[in-house]
Amino acid sequence: MGIDFNREVDRVARLARLSLDPDEKKHMADQLSDILETARRIQELDTSGIEPTSHVINIPVAMREDEVKPSLPLSKVLQNAPRRENDYVKVPRVTPPASNEEGK
Amino acid sequence: MELFEYSAYELSKMLQRKKTSSEELVRSYLKRIELINPRVNAYITATPALALDTAQSVDNKRIRGEELHPLAGIPVAVKDNISTAGIKTTCASRILEHYIPPYDATVVKALNRAGMPVLGKTNLDEFAMGSSTENSAFFPTRNPWDLEKVPGGSSGGSAAAVASGMAPLALGSDTGGSIRQPAALCGVTGLRPTYGRVSRYGLVAFASSLDQVGTLALSARDTALLLNLVAGPDPHDSTSLPDRDRDYIDNLTAGVENLRVGVIKQNVADSFDREVTAAVLKAASLLESNGARVEEVSLPMIDYGLSAYYLIAPSEASSNLGRYDGVRYGYFAPGKDISEMFCRTRGEGFGPEVKRRIMIGTYALSAGYYDAYYLQAMKVRTMIRREYEEVFKRYDILIGAASPTPAFKLGEKTSDPLQMYLSDVCNITDSLAGVPSLAIPGGFHSSGLPMGLQLTAAPQSERLLLQVACFFEQHPETKPRRPELDFIESPPEEGGM
Repeated sequence: MGIDFNREVDRVARLARLSLDPDEKKHMADQLSDILETARRIQELDTSGIEPTSHVINIPVAMREDEVKPSLPLSKVLQNAPRRENDYVKVPRVTPPASNEEGK
Repeated sequence: MELFEYSAYELSKMLQRKKTSSEELVRSYLKRIELINPRVNAYITATPALALDTAQSVDNKRIRGEELHPLAGIPVAVKDNISTAGIKTTCASRILEHYIPPYDATVVKALNRAGMPVLGKTNLDEFAMGSSTENSAFFPTRNPWDLEKVPGGSSGGSAAAVASGMAPLALGSDTGGSIRQPAALCGVTGLRPTYGRVSRYGLVAFASSLDQVGTLALSARDTALLLNLVAGPDPHDSTSLPDRDRDYIDNLTAGVENLRVGVIKQNVADSFDREVTAAVLKAASLLESNGARVEEVSLPMIDYGLSAYYLIAPSEASSNLGRYDGVRYGYFAPGKDISEMFCRTRGEGFGPEVKRRIMIGTYALSAGYYDAYYLQAMKVRTMIRREYEEVFKRYDILIGAASPTPAFKLGEKTSDPLQMYLSDVCNITDSLAGVPSLAIPGGFHSSGLPMGLQLTAAPQSERLLLQVACFFEQHPETKPRRPELDFIESPPEEGGM
């Protein structure tokens, strides 16, 4: 059974916060179907009882004293922000307008 | 002999004996860049003023008799996904086209502390995702051995710069072959160190459990010199190895006698270019005739490496690249609400390959698919690690091809992502296992292009890898060579950088 990514592309693009135009979607769905078909080869392997590896080195968690140290000045931190106001980055409204604001 | 023809080691000696100055050296490389870069396009950003400043400051210190690092005054190129304070770091992406990091990567701090003039930032596949440097949002880099061929990728700019004498040394990054495959295609020495050996702080994240900073150089000795400088623990990277290795240079000439060598069956496959396979077998017999014990060894898990990698790396990438949202840095596209702003910023800012990988990763991590894809891939990664652990009980060194073919044509694989992914088939499992892996020159193809050998050893065995590399350099057939740049005489084509 092959994978048809066409049915998935909108859902996944929404999760990934990617706007794709219709041509891009079609093209990508075909390519991703092929890629996932190859990736699926790992499903032939019996991995029962095997622990997953998320990281290759077994070193203790690096701990340090919780000291206050100087950090970058705000001007430097904000220098690359596309839109800012005073010492803040600026974004469009995040929360939907309250219902009593609508239609006013 | 022109200055750019010397190795970093020789240049270091010349500087110490005051036979040349760092300023003279930097000027020589800048001239070379001006001459060659318009055709090869290895650099995204050149930093001549900064390089000259550093050079002059080192020269003054030398005149005053101050103690200097062996690499003081030796120029270096840095891949453009490694943060340089005050210098654009684009990752070859539209989304970071104008990004200027407010801080230096730990490895860049080390270069600065040693007094190495940075010549510029080198081209790469966007966010290091690719095997040909054609995924750069700005322009492809060309292979100095043949301008119609790719230099490999993603560290194609660094590899091409070193191969063509536009830098004696370069830093790159390797997630699934991004140092070793371009090193093989450009005929230089490329080291992916043990995971954690070199700090990742300031390397723009692609797949954090796989990303590793490494070196591109002309020889094992030059590699050792640069590794001595950049390796070591870093309090800013909690995954850096806590201990420090001994000097990487003192055992370089120890030879190969009594080494137990395994020729990886899967990396001399029938599907590979025949001449590449023959070169690996020839190299193995050279080791044997010099006292090594050589056998063929099968690592069946290699056949699953590519599949596991193309789930794990995109999954981590889809998470890491979530930070590009048009808020704190990078490209920004307006939207009627914040969701539309995010989607448009990312849709317009990322190139096709980056989008593909974000999509694969998002899918593999999404509800209902996580166990079958991402979790299964992580379990397969454990099986790969175990296979390596077993094989390193019996062998000191593994050898195979560093790339299934020599450099391929520009455009040849751009429309078929799966074919492009297969170019890293020799390199990927070493990455998943976290072991050190080194690409070295392995002779020449009948087409005139270089071929690469790949040497692999147990974790933290960089010294052994460089020792074997040094052995191969002494032999005429595997000795590093420079391309003859016939194109220098002819005027550059329109366009380009």
